[in-house]
Amino acid sequence: MNYNVDEKGYYGDFGGAFIPEMLYPNVEELRNNYLKIEAEPLFKKEFDTLLKNYVGRPTPLYFAKRLSKRYNTKIYLKREDLCHTGAHKVNNTIGQILVAKRLGKTRIIAETGAGQHGVATATVCALMGIECIVYMGELDIKRQAPNVARMKMLGAEVRPAKSGSKTLKDATNEAIRDWINNPINTHYIIGSVVGPHPYPDMVARFQSVISQEIKWQLQDLEGRDYPDHLIACVGGGSNAAGLYYHYLNDQRVNIIAVEAAGKGIDSGKSAATSALGKEGIIHGSKTLLMQTSDGQITEPYSISAGLDYPGVGPMHANLFRSKRAEFISIPDQEAMDWGLTLSQMEGIIPAIETAHAFAALDVRKFGPEEIIVFNCSGRGDKDLDTYIDYFKL
Amino acid sequence: MNRIDQKFRENKKLLSIYFSAGFPNLDDTVPILKKLQTAGVDMVEIGLPFSDPLADGPTIQASSSQAILNGMTTEKLFSQLEGIRKHIKIPLVLMGYFNPMMQYGIEKFCSRCETIGIDGIIIPDLPVDVYHENYKALFDKHGLYNMFLITPQTSEARIKYIDKVSNGFIYMVSSASVTGAKSTFGNTQTEYFKRIATLKLKTPTVIGFGISNQETYKIACDQSRGAIIGSAFIQFLEKEGEEKIGSFIKSIRG
Repeated sequence: MNYNVDEKGYYGDFGGAFIPEMLYPNVEELRNNYLKIEAEPLFKKEFDTLLKNYVGRPTPLYFAKRLSKRYNTKIYLKREDLCHTGAHKVNNTIGQILVAKRLGKTRIIAETGAGQHGVATATVCALMGIECIVYMGELDIKRQAPNVARMKMLGAEVRPAKSGSKTLKDATNEAIRDWINNPINTHYIIGSVVGPHPYPDMVARFQSVISQEIKWQLQDLEGRDYPDHLIACVGGGSNAAGLYYHYLNDQRVNIIAVEAAGKGIDSGKSAATSALGKEGIIHGSKTLLMQTSDGQITEPYSISAGLDYPGVGPMHANLFRSKRAEFISIPDQEAMDWGLTLSQMEGIIPAIETAHAFAALDVRKFGPEEIIVFNCSGRGDKDLDTYIDYFKL
Repeated sequence: MNRIDQKFRENKKLLSIYFSAGFPNLDDTVPILKKLQTAGVDMVEIGLPFSDPLADGPTIQASSSQAILNGMTTEKLFSQLEGIRKHIKIPLVLMGYFNPMMQYGIEKFCSRCETIGIDGIIIPDLPVDVYHENYKALFDKHGLYNMFLITPQTSEARIKYIDKVSNGFIYMVSSASVTGAKSTFGNTQTEYFKRIATLKLKTPTVIGFGISNQETYKIACDQSRGAIIGSAFIQFLEKEGEEKIGSFIKSIRG
């Protein structure tokens, strides 16, 4: 089985473009052009140069010595937390802003949950001098004040999404409605491997720089270009898609996806989509999503704002269904404890999203000679308030 | 013959009304249908509420959310509509997003529609090509029409494809917008309506989105077989209540 997208935009049973006719021309324009644009030598050069000189790539592949010793295995961290703006998100926004420019777009819209993707979008819009509007749930605006301030400082307009549950899924709905209302001049920069085809594939390709670098970094460090295990947290799944991308069809590599169990899978307050979701349509994509028996989309919960998306990217839904990847889910408490552990054992304060991934070390055994690569997808600065509250720091 | 086809054979301009089932109150569906028929409405689109209606503006989002809060579900709507054909003779169309239909089961959904006497379905987020490939045979088997939307941005080739694959009518979205946008029809719209008229489609066209009063209704009727009113009707319903539905329809038709 091939785990990449097929020519119709599907990953196995999942994906496609279930969009209103009003969006068809926009999505079609993107579908017809994204591969062509990405293959242009000038585009590649501009993308690579910005990733190097602006984002700070390549990011290190760091051998976590103390952690490896404690778990008696070989643990590497791919340091996406060292990217400009503090997470992997910017790899995608750099790619998409360059696509938008080549399509002649003069206005950018984006959705954001915790604000990381909003900040990464506002950043590249400032870099290019393009108008930027970020939709954010009214509740999230209250919860994530520092990121709202960052976006404003970068010159973006932050528009509250007041519909539905007033969080990420509603911000996404509002961004899509904006795109319907502005079909000609606007490009919508989606922040994860979700949405209608070609978004999941386009975003995965821009994030694939993560596993592309791991290949030569591991070759240098270990004398082979693949690990035994790849581990990442999954909300929509963009950092995971980037980590897995070049190993999707390499069966020597075991893939582990870590979802947020929230207060527990059966608690009614969870974001573990693979465990709780059913096949359906969300934001134009056929995938697994959390919903009522009547097909109404439900509100997920996780202490980490970046993981509480009610769906999951179609690539990941397929990795789950085909059993190519192991899916595990980690409750709030264990993730928070790992935030502290990683800080005190390796001197790295991770985003709470990222901290979920490390809890895999407590769930399953790894051999002493096995090589594990974690995606250290984001840094914890944005989560300090939550850490302070939780640990009474 | 499908009631929608019968209706379009009548030599008149059509007025079609959309409302969200279960709004303002859970059990208003049938009383509203009866009043619309009495008021002389030609066709009704019954909205199946969805938590995340991508193509809808604030009015229909709000009525849809309220309907869900009131307890509306797919099963509930079907049970309300059971036996409706004893009273309602005009064409009835269900309009809703694809996810709730998927969860109900598409085959079961179509079969219930056929039993009840639903004439067609509009699913804004089910693209025509996916329908054609995967679901058309099923819809045909149950005698259900599937109507598609076109917009000023839809290419001529795609409009012709939609014309070939669909039945009943083509839903012409008046401008690039979600539902409920306040608009007067300017030159851009008129040119678009005229461009579509010159394509000589086999399927009749009806204009929707942005029809809110007699003026926009008349323009729509000049340029197509009729008009669909949704958000303006829901706003009226909320403000004035269902007793005055007749006067709303009169204010539109003049």
